[in-house]
Amino acid sequence: MSLLDRFRDRVGSSAATTGDPLVDDLRAALSPERVKTDGAQRSLLGKDASVFDGGSAGPICYPVSTAEVVEIMRIAQVHERAVVPRGAGTGLAGGAIPLGAPIVVAVTKMTSILEIDEANGVAWVEPGVINLDLTRQLTPLGYHFAPDPSSQQVCTIGGNVANNSGGPHCLAYGVTNSHVAAIEVVSPAGEVIMLGGLDPEPDGYDLRGVFVGSEGTLGIATKVAVRLTKNRPAVRTLLMSFASVRDAANTVSDVIAAGIVPAAMEVMDQRITEAVENYVGAGYPTDAAAVLLAEVDGPDEGIDIDADRIAEIGRGNHATMVRVAADDTERALLWKGRKTAFGAVAQIAPDYYLHDTVVPRSALADVLDEIYAIADRHDLLIMNVFHAGDGNLHPLIVFDGRDEGVLDRVHAAGGEIIEASLAAGGVLSGEHGIGVEKQKYMDRLFSDADLEHQNRLRRAFDPVCRANPGKVLPMGHSCADIQQLRSVPTGVWG
Amino acid sequence: MTATLRNADPVLDEFAVAVGAEGTLSVAGNRTRWDVGGPLAPDTRIISAPTGIVEYIPEEMIVTVRAGTSVDELHRTLAERGQWTALPERGGTVGGAVAVGQSDYRRPARGDLRSAVLQVRYVSAEGTLVTGGGPTVKNVSGFDLPRLITGSLGTLGCIAEVILRTNPIPATTRWLSSTDADPFAIHARLLRPGPVLWDGTTTQVMLFGHDIDVTADVDRLRSVGRFDDCDEPSAPAGHRWSVPPAALTNMAALDTGAFVAEVGVGIIHAERAQIRPPLDPGARLIHERMKAEFDPTGRLNPGRIAGVR
Ligand SMILES: Cc1cc2nc3c(=O)[nH]c(=O)nc-3n(C[C@H](O)[C@H](O)[C@H](O)COP(=O)(O)OP(=O)(O)OC[C@H]3O[C@@H](n4cnc5c(N)ncnc54)[C@H](O)[C@@H]3O)c2cc1C
Repeated sequence: MSLLDRFRDRVGSSAATTGDPLVDDLRAALSPERVKTDGAQRSLLGKDASVFDGGSAGPICYPVSTAEVVEIMRIAQVHERAVVPRGAGTGLAGGAIPLGAPIVVAVTKMTSILEIDEANGVAWVEPGVINLDLTRQLTPLGYHFAPDPSSQQVCTIGGNVANNSGGPHCLAYGVTNSHVAAIEVVSPAGEVIMLGGLDPEPDGYDLRGVFVGSEGTLGIATKVAVRLTKNRPAVRTLLMSFASVRDAANTVSDVIAAGIVPAAMEVMDQRITEAVENYVGAGYPTDAAAVLLAEVDGPDEGIDIDADRIAEIGRGNHATMVRVAADDTERALLWKGRKTAFGAVAQIAPDYYLHDTVVPRSALADVLDEIYAIADRHDLLIMNVFHAGDGNLHPLIVFDGRDEGVLDRVHAAGGEIIEASLAAGGVLSGEHGIGVEKQKYMDRLFSDADLEHQNRLRRAFDPVCRANPGKVLPMGHSCADIQQLRSVPTGVWG
Repeated sequence: MTATLRNADPVLDEFAVAVGAEGTLSVAGNRTRWDVGGPLAPDTRIISAPTGIVEYIPEEMIVTVRAGTSVDELHRTLAERGQWTALPERGGTVGGAVAVGQSDYRRPARGDLRSAVLQVRYVSAEGTLVTGGGPTVKNVSGFDLPRLITGSLGTLGCIAEVILRTNPIPATTRWLSSTDADPFAIHARLLRPGPVLWDGTTTQVMLFGHDIDVTADVDRLRSVGRFDDCDEPSAPAGHRWSVPPAALTNMAALDTGAFVAEVGVGIIHAERAQIRPPLDPGARLIHERMKAEFDPTGRLNPGRIAGVR
């Protein structure tokens, strides 16, 4: 039985939502309107953007300050209940899915940019600030926030921190962990702790570094000092077409091998490119087996050196077309196409499952071949759009959930994709995290001792498993145990 | 998994046996930073870590190297393929550099050491070989043991082997020096400033990138002061301070004595030692629990505390 099923079973199925003294305490601490218990809200926040259902939310709190988050944690302690932090709910691994009626702490009302401190190169922001809003506020000052996930119009900085999110431009600039100097955290015991600092080498263990990417299991981030990245004076965006996905993939690994680290290198295969073109008409060629979007940036003077070399490497790998975006408008359109790829897919089939693994760049072409073969074997449609420069694959399985038995095939194919990536020397996730999606694969990558040590790290922050229990580590290696659920009144949060 | 990355390695197994499960123990590198973290408790058994570059894949920009290997040897090997890492070149070992966690004074050009450790294999206090992280640049597969072990001064586990991210050495690097330019203006003026070292009088700045970009940067700099070419300075010595970068604009408020400051970074190499504020109590509690989780009997590097410089 999966972890999810075990939690589901525990909670029963009655629909009553009152009669839990926890709710009165939360309402008294926040305000009645900011503690929701109605079925509609709870069913909405029982899910995230992943394909996993079966979550069950308890009361949903919308705190507006660190002090309120502390109150929530203390109340959770008194009532012995678990707490699940939540941002915009765009996570794709089920990280924000509440298991067993925990308190859901949605930080979406904590949206202030508190201070822009240019002298220290940081901005202090609340966790509910939306990624793109932050960059929009910084742009007039000459800065931006470097991580640019495709979901940046909606996802939150808190979620970015928790998932160590990436984006196309993280190839040269690094993922979220490189762009966060300090994090104010409300610990599972309800204490306010500052992790990291504005100085480059804070004392002690790198607790800031381990909090980033911990998927809401080590506490709730209530304030983040994000690093400011200077805007780029010059940009060149190259669009290349190829007659095979292999040629595109080889171009990517040859560019890196040539010692060039572009700002971004993204590949889309023909199916996804067609979908994108039908959706936004970004100007991508639809007759190519694959397109490569490569971008270099930097000072004006040398900008064309790398751009020219990349074009040359592409031609050496049989590029059928090489085009440089003529101006900012064309560039913006190309990126719009890339970033709305997942929206475009919704036009083709009602459901999709977006995977996320990383492989060595030199293995990209072979692993992609295998992925297409896996799709054929399971009679599924798979499209590929991915952060090629990092070797970060995003196979996208498109399906209609109403088809009999399709989910089984989707999951079977997903498992084979993971195995193929690991066999090539890759890892389970590049940016979406483990959540509930990949727990069962953790022991394919790590030994028992490795997992036990990961659990030690977690326990040092949260000995009682209050924060987001049942995530990341597989059963037997985590406090996924049901202890947190013991005090949930039977039938109340069905 | 590719065969070489996590395969059983008899050399690492021997190291695990050497660490064992009992008695106090410290791993010595070349002792270039032996005093960091405070004095080692007396009668501590001292061992050394295994050596050797296990696998270098320049096309993937990663290198697998055992902890006892000298940074110099590693960088000599990488330089043959036009690459380097963020590890400081101060005569020490790879494991020592990772355990101490301090970046090179050329960090703006070479990257941050703590982001360069992709995978770590260490021997636990129980004598077991443990792996954290993975060989890829991007990875959110579970809790980040490489970040925890980096900078932990060997108090949580004995580092046996790491996979490091390598970077291409820029086509051109050029050092300039000025006595009349404002170091903060220099830092602000450049898009991607290299290291900017300032001792209160003279500023030395490294420019890097394509030749044509470096030449253009020189022109930009000459708009804020007089600059002459100079040799690459040697690594600054002295007590290491870590302060918010803005604090460098008011050096008079800091009791450093003679200093060399890394402008834009916040490291100061100073005559006098920094008095660090105590850790905040909540963070201290997590530290204590972390140590208790990983080394319940306190056998690893007794006497030392991570972060005491
Ligand atoms: C169309 C689409 C495209 C995407 N593209 C990308 C991409 O390019 N790159 C990428 O990396 N991801 C991508 N994602 C995944 C997702 O958007 C990111 O993981 C994002 O950072 C999640 O932010 P969120 O606010 O939605 O977090 P949620 O989904 O609400 O939460 C995610 C995790 O963070 C935890 N969490 C949230 N807030 C806090 C907090 N304040 N403190 C502690 N823990 C917290 C939650 O418990 C959960 O485990 C995409 C998703 C979609 C739907």
